[in-house]
Amino acid sequence: MSMGNVERIAILRMGPFLLVTIQVDMHDQLALTLQDDLTAKIEKTGAKGVLIDISALDMVDSFIGRMIGNISSMSRILDAHTVVVGMKPAVAITLVELGITLAGVRTALTVERGMNILRAAIADQTDQLEADDADREE
Amino acid sequence: MPTVKSDTLSLRSEQDIVNVRQVVRKLAQECGFSLVEQTKMVTAASELARNTVTYGKGGDVLWEMLTEGLKKGLRLSFVDAGPGIPDLELALTDGWTSGGGMGLGLSGAKRLVNEFEIETAPGKGTRVTILRWK
Ligand SMILES: Nc1ncnc2c1ncn2[C@@H]1O[C@H](COP(=O)(O)OP(=O)(O)O)[C@@H](O)[C@H]1O
Ligand SMILES: [Mg+2]
Repeated sequence: MSMGNVERIAILRMGPFLLVTIQVDMHDQLALTLQDDLTAKIEKTGAKGVLIDISALDMVDSFIGRMIGNISSMSRILDAHTVVVGMKPAVAITLVELGITLAGVRTALTVERGMNILRAAIADQTDQLEADDADREE
Repeated sequence: MPTVKSDTLSLRSEQDIVNVRQVVRKLAQECGFSLVEQTKMVTAASELARNTVTYGKGGDVLWEMLTEGLKKGLRLSFVDAGPGIPDLELALTDGWTSGGGMGLGLSGAKRLVNEFEIETAPGKGTRVTILRWK
């Protein structure tokens, strides 16, 4: 993995979701750029969910861990759900020992399960909105 | 502890931090570390390399592959001539940062290796040495 000169990580739009696949060993600025780009894109597209695939990452240190946490809290503020998928077991074990809990960040093993979590979260929200509307009409 | 081989890498930029991660990964594999052991060593190296670049204003990392009997180990020394760490105990506290980080680099790296040592003095720079055995 030596694609060190990549300046931006692509963000794909899939219906109401944004998809990010991190395939490079990110230098710090690249991680910060991704954080900013994602926030801007959630705002612009009104996306309801963000899926971050880190299955290609061999390491997550405190800097990248903080970026993941930031993306998750910022999307929450913008009314979108975040799921991080594909974290390797060795990475998860190391993160815990490093002291990073990723509290409040939803995780799933595969992209498919991650998508299911996002769909379910949105469906719940829609149900709730419809229930609220029904209450108001009565 | 005989040294099998050693070399020095420069740590001046963010790209150098990425480079150190990749070199340490290869060395850890050569030492026969398991995947989890490799990941721990690479993560510790990433944390300390970033500290050298950000707080130490740049420096070097010296890596040494060691043997002791049949055991193989990897020792990394991160050296800078920056401002030094005035209160080491505080700097080693989980969550303490002077710069807006997560404050888990030093304390976390310490947990990820077998041996951990810091030499530092105000105005005299910092040297952090870690060692992990297979
Ligand atoms: N090489 C260094 N030179 C000077 N100060 C350092 C160095 N490494 C660490 N420090 C100090 O120790 C603190 C804790 O470091 P660390 O645990 O890596 O957390 P963080 O990098 O998130 O601040 C830093 O905020 C900094 O004040
Ligand atoms: Mg640090």
